[in-house]
Amino acid sequence: MTKRQKRTLVRIILSGVLLVAAYLLPLEGWWRLPAFAVPYLLVGWDVLWGAVRNIGHGQIFDENFLMSIATIGAFALQEFPEAVFVMLFYQVGELFQSYAVGKSRRSISQLMDICPDYANIRREGELVQVEPDEVQIGDIIVVKPGEKVPLDGVVVSGSSSLDTAALTGESLPRSIAEGDDVVSGCVNLEGLLEVRVTKEFGQSTVSKILELVENSASKKAKTENFITKFARFYTPCVVGAAVLLAVLPPLLFGGEWSEWIERALIFLVISCPCALVISVPLSFFGGIGGASRLGILIKGGNYFEVLAKAETVVFDKTGTLTKGVFRVTALHPENCTKEQLIETAALAESYSDHPIARSVKEAYGKTTEQSRVADVKELAGRGISAVIDGKTVLAGNDKLMKEAGVVCHACHKVGTAVHVAAEGVYLGHIVISDEVKEDAKAAIGLLKAAGVNKTVMLTGDETAVGEAVAQELGLDEAYTKLLPADKVERVEALLNGKKSGSLLFVGDGINDAPVLSRADVGVAMGGMGSDAAIEAADVVLMDDKPSKIAAAVKIAKKTMRIVRQNIVFALVVKFVVLALGALGLANMWAAVFADVGVSVLAVLNAMRTMAGVKADK
Amino acid sequence: MKKTFKMKDLECANCASKMECAINKLEGVEATVNFMMQKITIDAPDDRFDDVIKQAAKICRKIEPDCEIVV
Repeated sequence: MTKRQKRTLVRIILSGVLLVAAYLLPLEGWWRLPAFAVPYLLVGWDVLWGAVRNIGHGQIFDENFLMSIATIGAFALQEFPEAVFVMLFYQVGELFQSYAVGKSRRSISQLMDICPDYANIRREGELVQVEPDEVQIGDIIVVKPGEKVPLDGVVVSGSSSLDTAALTGESLPRSIAEGDDVVSGCVNLEGLLEVRVTKEFGQSTVSKILELVENSASKKAKTENFITKFARFYTPCVVGAAVLLAVLPPLLFGGEWSEWIERALIFLVISCPCALVISVPLSFFGGIGGASRLGILIKGGNYFEVLAKAETVVFDKTGTLTKGVFRVTALHPENCTKEQLIETAALAESYSDHPIARSVKEAYGKTTEQSRVADVKELAGRGISAVIDGKTVLAGNDKLMKEAGVVCHACHKVGTAVHVAAEGVYLGHIVISDEVKEDAKAAIGLLKAAGVNKTVMLTGDETAVGEAVAQELGLDEAYTKLLPADKVERVEALLNGKKSGSLLFVGDGINDAPVLSRADVGVAMGGMGSDAAIEAADVVLMDDKPSKIAAAVKIAKKTMRIVRQNIVFALVVKFVVLALGALGLANMWAAVFADVGVSVLAVLNAMRTMAGVKADK
Repeated sequence: MKKTFKMKDLECANCASKMECAINKLEGVEATVNFMMQKITIDAPDDRFDDVIKQAAKICRKIEPDCEIVV
């Protein structure tokens, strides 16, 4: 609690005690006024003063003024205990609200506690701590175990594992060694790292993410704009109604003045729209915080509305659903064992640095004894010929086999086939293809469960490859052999074809910028903070996992649900109490509940958004 | 020029939206009040920027007397 909040708390307690004392004093009639005025002024002087000051500024419909009129009115009607209690309760509510807002502000800044305080830099042989923004590109910084990586860079010496949880929500540490890129905001867990800085602090991942999250609140959701507009009309209308209620019935129908004025005062207490105005931005803010803890950056409150209505999800293939890395996915030996097949191929490819050769060697797993290999010839566009253990080995495509007169057959598996033959005898083939991400299939299922009814894949890849992936993952539609411009066209067609929901496009962010901006929501694989992705997309997935899309949709749905709950709850309670008040069925206590009580409950409800949702694997 | 300032003691969300509304009425000025982060971003023509800030601070004080823009 801040000093100011503590002072208010003391005033509330003292005033409460004095109120009870005044209640117990055996006084009659107007003698009770001074007795109740003491606790009233003690707890409410700042409200009264604020009202006076704001009238001077031309702010009539401010809550201080409304509360002052309502309570002074109650005094005039000789309802002394009510007047004091209304003011007291109002202050309790305000205190609580300010405490709750402060707390959620703090807990969100804790969630976003990725900002480094200092960087260690070597100066004249000694380590000194400097501000991260003083470090220049090319400087070597030292990151000790337990410290945050302050700036983006490349490891020049040392190896360690990094905790990336603050950025990606991923609890498994990432191991890094010399030559690897490190991203600011990660925590170094074990070894001492020396890092050459590649980006200034202002451009580094940490700064970008913080900026993004902080600015996200300025992109306001439609609901929020609606509420602010509503608030602008609500207060004057209710106050106007209060005036009419106080004046008309006694004048026209000869009602009791004091009774109708009391009813009007109830209106004044309810006329503050604070519960609505505070709970809506708080909910979105909490949602953004909760999502960022899972490694999902949502760039604004407005995207929650669109995400929650996700109907069609369009994926790019390479780098989004697949890893974009080539791997051996099948071994089909003939006339030998699988081990022999991969060993022969790996030896033949041992001198090559082609991506296909690299994936074959990786699948072999052991070091290739290059002494066994002689006379290697690269045959452009066909493959390799080499002499291994004295035997002539060919490894390459079907063209190579045909030329050598070896009978081979095409593979039923999708991908690039490397055929292997030794001394004119066919040994079989190895299939190399891009691997599907582990959670890609689950991601599609989770999206379906989250209410998405159409999943589409767009790819520039061959039809056979694309359709095989689409089938494996259970996508509804796949369009292959697309140029970037075709992708935009496809997305536009899908946009026209869909019903009321929204269209998400998920890409790896590097070459998908036009499509990302054309879709209702562009989701990019952030690749641990690749610039292009963070700039172009509306939502960034920091750990490149497609399953996080479903989590984002779920968070959006939960946030929107809470926003709606708050709006409906606050409006219903207020209007019910207004109606009851007009009929003379509600008293001041009910009115104070409808004002402060509702706003406290709405704030508590809004804070639930921060919890996020369980990330499904 | 566009600049972001911290705000002290911004306690009331309704006031924040009133401030935003009032500052936006200044000529050529675009402002966003971020209630949750207690920040205000003001976009105004360079030559009148300081003047705009002063006016904005005055508007904020008018609406919530305890609230200050930290320049």
